[in-house]
Amino acid sequence: MKVKIKVWRQKNQESKGGFKVYDSPELNSNMSFLEMLDVINEDLTDQGEEPIAFDHDCREGICGTCSLVIDGKPHGPHQGVATCQTYMRSFEDGDIITVEPFRADPFPIIKDLVVNRKPFDKIIQAGGFVTVRTGSAPDANAIPISKEVADTAMDAAACIGCGACVAACKNASAMLFVGAKVSQLNGLPQGQAEKDNRVLNMVAAMDEAGFGNCTNQYECSAVCPKLITHDFISQLNRDFVAATVRKSFKSKPSTAKL
Amino acid sequence: MNIVTALLKTSIGKKIIMALTGAVLIGFIIGHLVGNLQIFSDPEKINAYAHFLQGLGPALWLIRLFLLLCVGLHIWMAVLLWCENKKARSQSYTASHTIQASYASRTMKYSGFIVLAFILYHLAHFTVKATNPEYNEMMWTLADGTVVPDVHLMMVAGFSSLTVSLFYLISVGLLSFHLSHGFQSMFQSVGLRTETWGRALKVISIVLSLAYFAGNAVIPLSVLTGKVSRPDSSIEAVAESVSSHLNTPSG
Repeated sequence: MKVKIKVWRQKNQESKGGFKVYDSPELNSNMSFLEMLDVINEDLTDQGEEPIAFDHDCREGICGTCSLVIDGKPHGPHQGVATCQTYMRSFEDGDIITVEPFRADPFPIIKDLVVNRKPFDKIIQAGGFVTVRTGSAPDANAIPISKEVADTAMDAAACIGCGACVAACKNASAMLFVGAKVSQLNGLPQGQAEKDNRVLNMVAAMDEAGFGNCTNQYECSAVCPKLITHDFISQLNRDFVAATVRKSFKSKPSTAKL
Repeated sequence: MNIVTALLKTSIGKKIIMALTGAVLIGFIIGHLVGNLQIFSDPEKINAYAHFLQGLGPALWLIRLFLLLCVGLHIWMAVLLWCENKKARSQSYTASHTIQASYASRTMKYSGFIVLAFILYHLAHFTVKATNPEYNEMMWTLADGTVVPDVHLMMVAGFSSLTVSLFYLISVGLLSFHLSHGFQSMFQSVGLRTETWGRALKVISIVLSLAYFAGNAVIPLSVLTGKVSRPDSSIEAVAESVSSHLNTPSG
């Protein structure tokens, strides 16, 4: 099979980008989308043209490095799949496929399809730490956790931080990412000690980075390669309300007044 | 950070303001509709009800100010959020793609603005009576002898106009549409929606919006089809009184 790709080319953050159309060589339909880009890049290199820059790492759907908006949908046509595990058999011979970078002002374009997702790292940093007992290893299962709580925390922890939620949201909101990262720890007994500070600080970092606001349309969860549910956005809102109310009324220790 | 700064300054806070003011406004429009449905009873009933509301005095003004505050905050936050959202995605995609966002949710700002235009007209029409000064002449004598504004006649006269009725139908239609997303959205914004009852919430939201539209639509339709009417004499009396006012040389 052969396809044409209409791809965004941009030299660097400052320069103005634009679309360019490239013909692919003969492809094996079982190639992944990224492998298709690889072979086009080989051609481009042979022709002395700059290859298309795109992010990729594990290529098995677990690292969250690959991005791309394919025909308007982050991570391509399927549900619950990252770009690296989207295969050319999902397209028709002769298709013209539009490939754009994730578009969000907090994610500036570095080159072509590569964007800077550093604000996500800042949000994670703002989440702070989890207090754990140091010294000898604790007894396994010393802290009782119900299966449901553990499973829900695991659902949230499945987030690979790729940023597709931001890319899909018409407001470039990071609420699904932040919701997942907050809920992952806030639901567990180990995460209780820093619960309120965690949610307040992470939301502050999210706002600081300039992400948009959630309008409850749930395009984020629809494109999430890990199928993170927007229940975690609701959970984030609830934790934020509770933390704000508690912080506003709770008496503070004398050291906080220094 | 205290509650006020959290509400006004954070992204989640602004959405909570949208949700809470929206909840108040939904409560108001439902109460307003129930009040209006008294048009199907004797004119005495709705006129007495309107007189009772007018008679609340300072309480009426407190309620009005509170509602105005809610409408103001709802619009102010909507504009702020919209500006921030535009700023977060200054360059849009070439290929657009919508997966599960409802049409109502994507058109909230348009339905909202048309409803605002309608509210302004509605206040000018029935509350201030600026568009129709002859409504000031419409009076009704209650059973106890008090002479009060004839709200029933005002409604019948207003909806006798096809243009007014059409604008009204379109506006309440858009308001119901706005509500179909707004009602379920407010539960998500304050963190009360979960997938466990999300489907039920969606159904409740749509049923509520349809019921609200039906309740409102039935009023102008009943007037236009003559199901709710007043003897021609009462309308003519007003027309005569207005024309005699106009013919009386002033000064």
